[in-house]
Amino acid sequence: MTQPLIQMQNVDKFFGSFQALKNINLEVHKGERIVVCGPSGSGKSTMIRCINRLEKHNSGKILIGGRELTDSEKDIDAVRREVGMVFQSFNLFPHMTVLRNLMLAPQLVRKNNKSKAKEIAMKYLERVKIPDQANKYPSQLSGGQQQRVAIARALCMSPEILLFDEPTSALDPEMINEVLEVMEDLANEGMTMICVTHEMGFARSVADRVIFMDLGEIVEEASPQEFFENPKNERTKLFLSQILSH
Amino acid sequence: MSFDITLILDSLPKMLSGIGLTFQLLILSGVLGLLLAFVLLLMRLTEKWYFSVPAQVFIYVFRGTPILVQIFIIYYGLPQFEAIRESIFWPILREPFGCAILALTLNTGAYVSEILRGAVLAVDRGLLEAGSALGLSRNQRFIYITSPLAIRLGIPPYSNDVISLLKSTALASTITIFDMMGIARTIVAETYAPYEIFISLAIIYMIFTFFIQKGFGYFENFMSRHVKK
Repeated sequence: MTQPLIQMQNVDKFFGSFQALKNINLEVHKGERIVVCGPSGSGKSTMIRCINRLEKHNSGKILIGGRELTDSEKDIDAVRREVGMVFQSFNLFPHMTVLRNLMLAPQLVRKNNKSKAKEIAMKYLERVKIPDQANKYPSQLSGGQQQRVAIARALCMSPEILLFDEPTSALDPEMINEVLEVMEDLANEGMTMICVTHEMGFARSVADRVIFMDLGEIVEEASPQEFFENPKNERTKLFLSQILSH
Repeated sequence: MSFDITLILDSLPKMLSGIGLTFQLLILSGVLGLLLAFVLLLMRLTEKWYFSVPAQVFIYVFRGTPILVQIFIIYYGLPQFEAIRESIFWPILREPFGCAILALTLNTGAYVSEILRGAVLAVDRGLLEAGSALGLSRNQRFIYITSPLAIRLGIPPYSNDVISLLKSTALASTITIFDMMGIARTIVAETYAPYEIFISLAIIYMIFTFFIQKGFGYFENFMSRHVKK
């Protein structure tokens, strides 16, 4: 078997005296689609934020594509270039048009010239089906459109891995599907993805593996079928009964 | 009380002849103060104590003392030191104008750096995380994300400081500078008509304040063009 793209070994993370992650062990291979779920405060977001070092783990090892995340700025930058992230609150740059949001990193980080960056940007805007919004500012777009722009922005860096941190939680219900569709397309094209989400339908149809976290620990890790039909752990059962009962 | 209109009409042109000096004080110390504020800001934003502590002390001293005291210390105090008199700065510090510019610059620099710091800290952290996640370096995040947004956030408090600086320039008259205030004081000393003269002068300052407010209003609108209307 080839080397995993993401390896987390005995990772602990503390916020002050609060332990947000407890002995996390996770391996993700190229092309795998992982859904992470669990109650709020369970450490899901913290875990994926450690992968691109938006949070710094306190102990254990994290390797991305074989490169260990340490304090070295060079390693961190190298990892971030290959790991894209989509946030709950979109985090589009409000003072730039959609097009400039997409062109920024390809120009500054990948050193593409302007026309090349624009070409890349338009390609991914078409992929998320909103090329006509290119010259608008983010505030002029709906939430669903903004999140699709954010996905396109991450794709412009051609990342090896995409992290989704509750990408649909801030959206109005009628806009959730347009974002999930884009994510499903990506999954079908073989993108390596880790999604923190409560969209269980998405987990069922797309995930290779579902990870359930509670109190900073990975409690259960199973295929979607196993996970939904035959959960082993009591905490998983309780969680599923709470979110699936209505 | 009688109000002498002809006296006002006679004095207005005289006071307005000081307008150039008032503006020189405002613009020179405004620009230099902004540069100083930016340097202080960078010093405070580093995590190195040997940069941030001196900046904090400087800001504390210049915000913690009256500007009039600062002007007097610089004008009356500094020349007592041989080292100052022999330094390359002496041609500037020998003149009251240079002293006034220095005092106003140091004072406004201290205030404005805190305005800038507040604006920088008010930029949504999520946007900087998005920048990090895209692989932008710390400097790139500062230039392309933090700065444009912080400028927008800093305009209202900064315009406040510029208006405050305009009025502080009047204190330069205490060290023999004949700006509008200096001229007004001379006229009052000759005519014993403080009401007429100072009220007209107050109105002149108010008119300038109006234009400064307007100017910053336009700038703010320009910088907010991305916000949904």
